[in-house]
Amino acid sequence: MPQPRHHPSDDVLMAYAAGSLLAPFALVVATHLALCPACRAETRRHEAVGGILLDELAPATVSEEAKSRVMARLDEPVREPPVPTPDRRGGEVLPQPLRDLVGGPLKARLWRFAGGFSYVPLPSPRGFRIRLLSIRPGFGAPKHTHEGSEMALVLAGGFKDGGRQFLRGDVAEADSSIDHRQIADPGEPCLCLAVTEGRLHLTGPLGRLIDPLLRL
Amino acid sequence: MAAIALNRDKQSFGELFDHFAPRVKSYLRRLGASDVLAEDLMQEVMLTVWRRAGLFDRAKAGVGTWVFTIARNKRIDALRREKRLEVDMGDPATEPEPEDGTPGPDEQVGAGELAEILRQAIKGLPPEQAELLNMAFYDDKSHSMIAEEMNLPLGTVKSRLRLALQKLRPGLEDQT
Repeated sequence: MPQPRHHPSDDVLMAYAAGSLLAPFALVVATHLALCPACRAETRRHEAVGGILLDELAPATVSEEAKSRVMARLDEPVREPPVPTPDRRGGEVLPQPLRDLVGGPLKARLWRFAGGFSYVPLPSPRGFRIRLLSIRPGFGAPKHTHEGSEMALVLAGGFKDGGRQFLRGDVAEADSSIDHRQIADPGEPCLCLAVTEGRLHLTGPLGRLIDPLLRL
Repeated sequence: MAAIALNRDKQSFGELFDHFAPRVKSYLRRLGASDVLAEDLMQEVMLTVWRRAGLFDRAKAGVGTWVFTIARNKRIDALRREKRLEVDMGDPATEPEPEDGTPGPDEQVGAGELAEILRQAIKGLPPEQAELLNMAFYDDKSHSMIAEEMNLPLGTVKSRLRLALQKLRPGLEDQT
């Protein structure tokens, strides 16, 4: 399988390694990492930075009892939670940890149709929208801006955004200053994972009319 | 660490505990845990270190790095009440590690050597970059929150962090 060419930016990867990246974006990064050995190596380097910073922290006081308690528990039988049988359905397209969140085959999900694309909303924390987006070949996701950042990861097919080509595993990042539009490649529908912070604003002529109705 | 993984050597683990437990607790305190909670979570982290010692891969990470990732995940699970999302290397959809035998820039030096190079590189960072790096790892703040707090444009925060990260890429400078 060809390796992804568009990666999360350095600072986003580092925030993921540090543990400070917000969960919806961490979902995009972790799913990208499943498809990108190069970024996994980069993440290990950032984690090594975390290890050094940990090593150089001023030690806190730890009570003797805390140590005795831990030492006393070393022989405890480990009650590891049973490893769940992995659900392989949809595995050709959806790597972990995304597959768990989708929780079943894509076809069985209720797709919502809107013009040239359809989408499945996924469980999202407050202030975020996590969706699987399927864009019909040659069609575009609606022209839009957003209040916060956006990350999109291609899972199947591909799209072009401002002259750049995105294929499976590729990540596109955008912030509120970018008014952009992704156009799906001809051939098969483009399936992406899209995470947006805050609301989207449709900016095309029709988009402006329906924006208040759609509440994307 | 090998003694812990292979021989279940409690004395070696005790020494590891003496070094890392106070630092793990300090890390958790810094990220907002109360003293009591930090001490509780620290014990869970250290027990996880003991129980998963067999999974530790010295070629991939130093001991400090490994303890850091366990503490980080425990912190996200417990303090943020989220589940840390990670790659499942056993998942058939996961792209396997390249097997062509050409070691990546990181693999050319061992984890121990990489740690030493990184340690020196971190020491050499200008204060404003070092501060941002520390905030990113220890303050659980998104880059936009850091920007707001420091009264800097978001772009400045991101470019300073990227500058810092570039300096922490030994041997990679020629490739970018």
